[in-house]
Amino acid sequence: MRISEAEAARPLRIVVVGHVDHGKSTLVGRLLHDVGALPDGKMRQVEANCKSRGMPFEWAFVTDALQIERDQGITVDVSHIPFKSSKRPYVLIDAPGHREFVKNMVTGAAAADAAVLVIDVAEGVREQSRRHGLLLHLLGIEQVAIVLNKMDLIANDPARFEAVRAEYEQYLASIGVRPAAMIPVAAREGANIVTRAAAMSWYQGPTLLAALDAFAPKARAVERALRLPVQDIYKFDQRRIVAGKVESGRIKVGDTIVFSPSNKTTRVRSIEQWSAVPGFVPPQSAEAGQSVGITTEDEIVVERGDVISHAGDMPFETDVFRARLFWLGREPLEAGRRMTLRIGTQAMPVVVQEIGRIVGSGDLSERAGTRIESFDVAEIVLRASRIVALDGYSANAATGRFVLSDGADVLGGGVVELGGYPDQRAATTRKGENLVRVEHRVSVTQRAQRNGHKGGVVWLTGLSGAGKSTIAVALEQVLFSRGIQAYVLDGDNIRTGLNANLGFGPDDRAENIRRVGEAAALFAEAGFVVVTAFISPYRSDRARARAAAMRIDGAAGFHEVFVKAGLETCERRDPKGLYRKARAGQIAEFTGISAPYEAPDLPELVVDTETLSADQSVELLADYIGRNFKF
Amino acid sequence: MDELDRLESESIGIFREAFAAIHPIGMLWSIGKDSNVMVWLARKAFFGHLPFPVIHVDTGLEFPEVYEFRDRVAREWSLNLIAAPCPPIEAMDQSLPPNARSASRKTAGLKQVVADHGFRGIVAGIRRDEQSTRAKERVFSPRGAESKWDFRSQPPEFWGHFATTVPEGGHVRIHPLLSWSEIDIWRYIQREQIPVVPLYFSRNGMRFRSLGESDITVPVPSNAATIAEIIAELETTRVPERAGRTMDHEAEDSFERLRVDGYM
Ligand SMILES: Nc1nc2c(ncn2[C@@H]2O[C@H](COP(=O)(O)OP(=O)(O)OP(=O)(O)O)[C@@H](O)[C@H]2O)c(=O)[nH]1
Ligand SMILES: [Mg+2]
Repeated sequence: MRISEAEAARPLRIVVVGHVDHGKSTLVGRLLHDVGALPDGKMRQVEANCKSRGMPFEWAFVTDALQIERDQGITVDVSHIPFKSSKRPYVLIDAPGHREFVKNMVTGAAAADAAVLVIDVAEGVREQSRRHGLLLHLLGIEQVAIVLNKMDLIANDPARFEAVRAEYEQYLASIGVRPAAMIPVAAREGANIVTRAAAMSWYQGPTLLAALDAFAPKARAVERALRLPVQDIYKFDQRRIVAGKVESGRIKVGDTIVFSPSNKTTRVRSIEQWSAVPGFVPPQSAEAGQSVGITTEDEIVVERGDVISHAGDMPFETDVFRARLFWLGREPLEAGRRMTLRIGTQAMPVVVQEIGRIVGSGDLSERAGTRIESFDVAEIVLRASRIVALDGYSANAATGRFVLSDGADVLGGGVVELGGYPDQRAATTRKGENLVRVEHRVSVTQRAQRNGHKGGVVWLTGLSGAGKSTIAVALEQVLFSRGIQAYVLDGDNIRTGLNANLGFGPDDRAENIRRVGEAAALFAEAGFVVVTAFISPYRSDRARARAAAMRIDGAAGFHEVFVKAGLETCERRDPKGLYRKARAGQIAEFTGISAPYEAPDLPELVVDTETLSADQSVELLADYIGRNFKF
Repeated sequence: MDELDRLESESIGIFREAFAAIHPIGMLWSIGKDSNVMVWLARKAFFGHLPFPVIHVDTGLEFPEVYEFRDRVAREWSLNLIAAPCPPIEAMDQSLPPNARSASRKTAGLKQVVADHGFRGIVAGIRRDEQSTRAKERVFSPRGAESKWDFRSQPPEFWGHFATTVPEGGHVRIHPLLSWSEIDIWRYIQREQIPVVPLYFSRNGMRFRSLGESDITVPVPSNAATIAEIIAELETTRVPERAGRTMDHEAEDSFERLRVDGYM
């Protein structure tokens, strides 16, 4: 990758992390001294401050400026200190290592381009050595140099160095991190920081400064898709300016742009900028990193939180998504907890729907669990109160990461992992315009009167093999024999006709269900008791099917029935041999195995096929319908 | 984008976040080089408008050139200027060393103007590279009813998500210049042709590098008489910026005590 001159002149931000007392601040103080970056008088001042406390010279006092930090010999919060090497300017960010201050470490590290992780070679790899390594990875910091500090305490022994080095390298490999260098250092003595230590002639790698000089600034995301989260709309004068920062891509005057999730399209009329220079001509385009304002050709109503993109490459829209979260809260996080999601400039209530794999606090072992303890990293599923516009973190960092807060407190951060859930944009967008409904001359009520019962939708949902189709067709027969106009919509039947053009990826599954929901609503309006038999794994899809059925005045509405059987049971039954194939990897995205199933929160009825026979299940349903579809 | 473009864009983003989340806001204008840059950036953020007042917390002890500059620029830029007086030194904490005690009048004046106008956001032009406790600041720094800086438990701040919730009865300090360095400020002044008080330029071999009250600020030796010369001087100097601010050097903890109490 080519870096422009301007880009190269930008200070590189380096965060220094690692376990408490392993020598981070000492390293920072010593590095600043060795490159000649300490201002005049600083050494004398530190000397005096140490003397007045009756202690030997402490390099850490260069950054540990607070009284509490000096009195207790511990860093509490991050310092940012600029310096210059012969190659380029830097900002060093000295982070605290104590567990208590992980949130401060995250604050410092999130602002960095690269990191130095310090390990006391005499003490070895400790809890925060591992945790900080993992957090750097999650924060997207890929350039990491490892300093094995306090080599003087092990008499510069290459064998002991190698043991700690190998152990940590193996840990990093297990989380997918490759360090740029692993350097034996004695920070207090300045060994291998700027100058090579003669006592460690066995070490062939770079000094710390040489390793830093080899790092590159993070590239701006100019080549990615346009994302411009709206910060505000201003009307200070006759202009109506939409303001925000271009997080990725480029925007030009004349571009057709879409606001998500409000799904409004218009064109860029102008890019606005203020300048005191007479005759200033505002720019025609802007790119990633710039704070801009635009005016649009149409006076559309947009608001803070909307994300501007081009029509050809829009963000994902969903109200449920997977994420990897680091939890900073003091109380453990459990499923069901409500918080505020902040992503881009959007903010909205969310609930933690599911907790998956947890990387534990202490030893960072992995486990399945239901409680995320402080500073754990975990996989979760979040459900938002409305549609969010976002991206997978790997596709677009700025719109793919978020924080969770409660009241004023930021309690965690995470990165979005798409997959498993469909894009809901198509399902929530009506493409046709100028639609006028034709009014029927036969009313829903007249039809119900003739039939002797109301129309409506009985929506069966459950895992493959739970018994939906078996129950549905038997139920249809029983209802028919009782004089009820009943009709079954079943998965495979619909997929060979109406939905023959759809596959099994998340988007197609969602569209499949959307069409079934609409078709069921039409049948219901025609007076039928419609029984649908689809896995329909996503809550949001079922909610839309419900909304379609509820639009019909005078009908019996929508009745969600959870056909319940555990995954183990279904897999044992495996009537179509599908689980076996899915386990063998022959079917991708199979519900329950490699794709999620979201059980209903509050179904109208639960039919537990593990305890009821098929006949009992049908009887239960026929009874329920008799009571609820009465005219 | 060069470094100045990047810093400018970041500061504009901070102003807009503050304006979207907090109301009412007041911006501290000390008339020094940093706060002139800050006012300039705010006008960029809001497309030539300044949708909140600027506050000069006035000790009455500024240099005459400062008052002259303030009144002229406020007029030319149509600033909504609040000149807020400070209480007398006798009313200050007598345990503070004398120069810090003088500086603490500013804290008291600030608290008064915040209370009088009900400000919930205060924009201040401090930078991390000026002073080692400022190096630990957040961009959005919540202050309780007493304006105290709780450095023991500052809120997490990452990925552009700031602590914009105003504490009960308190306010939030907003620091749009936090990641600028002294030399960035001068390069930006040069690029944008932002006016500054003439005291920054050398006269008789001395100039002010940092402007404070006339009783506690002294000039430093320098021959830099133009912006270009100041930039050249800063590229090589090892003298710290606040060498001429006597309050910084009285005791190890005097600046920290001031800041904990609500000083900028
Ligand atoms: N022997 C020896 N001691 C060192 C070396 N580097 C640091 N120390 C000592 O280790 C102790 C802790 O150093 P700090 O620099 O404060 O550690 P830290 O990692 O910044 O600690 P926190 O910020 O609180 O997490 C101090 O007493 C240092 O003098 C070294 O290379 N050799
Ligand atoms: Mg430290």
